[in-house]
Amino acid sequence: MASDVCKHCTHAGCLDVCPTGALFRTEFGTVVVQQDICNGCGYCVSACPYGVIERREGDGRAQKCTLCYDRLKDGLEPACAKACPTDSIQFGVLDELRDRAHARVERLHADGRTEARLYGADPNDGVGGDGAFFLLLDEPEVYGLPPDPVVPTRDLPRMWRYAGAAALAFFGAAVSAFVEGRRR
Amino acid sequence: MTDRPSGEPAYASYYGRPILKPPVWKDDIAYYFFLGGLSAGSTLLGAGADQTDRPALRRGSRVAALGSLALGGYFLVKDLGRPERFHHMLRVAKPTSPMSMGTWLLTAYGPGVGIAAASELMPRRIRRTTLGRLIDGLARPAGLAAAAIAPAVASYTAVLLSQTAVPAWHESHEELPFIFTASAAVSAGGLGMIVAPPHEAAPARRLAMFGAIIELFASRRLESRLGLVGEAFSTGEAGRDLRRASTLTAVGTLGSVLLGRRSRAAAVASGVALLAGGLYERLGLLRAGTASATDPKYTVAPQRQRLESRVNEPRE
Repeated sequence: MASDVCKHCTHAGCLDVCPTGALFRTEFGTVVVQQDICNGCGYCVSACPYGVIERREGDGRAQKCTLCYDRLKDGLEPACAKACPTDSIQFGVLDELRDRAHARVERLHADGRTEARLYGADPNDGVGGDGAFFLLLDEPEVYGLPPDPVVPTRDLPRMWRYAGAAALAFFGAAVSAFVEGRRR
Repeated sequence: MTDRPSGEPAYASYYGRPILKPPVWKDDIAYYFFLGGLSAGSTLLGAGADQTDRPALRRGSRVAALGSLALGGYFLVKDLGRPERFHHMLRVAKPTSPMSMGTWLLTAYGPGVGIAAASELMPRRIRRTTLGRLIDGLARPAGLAAAAIAPAVASYTAVLLSQTAVPAWHESHEELPFIFTASAAVSAGGLGMIVAPPHEAAPARRLAMFGAIIELFASRRLESRLGLVGEAFSTGEAGRDLRRASTLTAVGTLGSVLLGRRSRAAAVASGVALLAGGLYERLGLLRAGTASATDPKYTVAPQRQRLESRVNEPRE
């Protein structure tokens, strides 16, 4: 069983593309949609490499896990971590959680469970590490997770360069269409 | 679960379920891409016709530029989950969001298009007033200002699609801008052939031809360069739409080159084919993205490949 929680990426695609500023980074480092701002453009849905955020039918706005922003503000832990009776879902300071998770993987490896691995815990991965990461016992795609997620924004300067070249070519084509015409 | 039908690349998934959420953008957005490109191309043709004394091409292109922009704007707003909040786009200007950049591009582009078109549409009785004379005087600089922004209006939409995790859109970011601007040139050229008589429409015919050539090369490159992800563009509904687009564009271009100078009827028919080709092109590109987000193989296989090549050649 795996939760479809928002990964709260360090480099969040949804946050980068949101054209209204409805998505924002909170004081806890999480990513949250302001429901009174979102106009349901749907850009975040396609920018999320994990397929988490979605536009709700009948409501029209983008919705996703907030890591219980309201509870965090009151000094409580997220409801999922609170409710989980086996402490399979743990909440805490990210660095401490990472240390704890690495220790757990080492212990599992020592027990012969060499397939155990962390997913989303590496701050050097394509999204700068996840705020919500997992301990998996198989390849990520077996759990419906992308094996090597990358924030689309990483290639943005390159994309604008190609678009700039295409725009210049378009302008040049239009001008030359008329320059030729004058000769006749 | 590992899915290995014969001939398919090996990849695992969670019971074949998609990893990504499918794009929420429906055909409305393809209509906007088509209309925005048509408007941008028409603005360029209108400004050129104004400079080279081609009144029918100028008039038709300026009016079409405004009409398609207004209709495109309608589709943009209609596709929002909360259309009444469309103005929330104006709260921020975010360089990382092509949609935000596009909002401001359109905001800068619209007034020039509006003034140029207004000077064509004004009734005579208003034309004689101070306001009328002001609009007439501003039409040329306004049209030129809009023409300076038009190429960006036609190309930012490609970055809008590529700045996503949708495999077909993201991986095609080298070719998409060229396909978008080329398709805009084809559509505007087609419209120019319809609104202007053949002796004025030579620039429209040439613009359409340039566009058709670039569109053909960029599309070929895309499908051959992308490998597995390229299949999203050649199969299913997307493949069908894109093949229709190529056929219509080829027929329209040939018709305009061979007969467009002599026969108005042939020019109009070619123009209609080119416009239809442009519309199918945008529908096909949109659907290719949706198809590539729905089948997990397009997400998993390229990422797997990336991971494996990284293991073989470790980072420095």
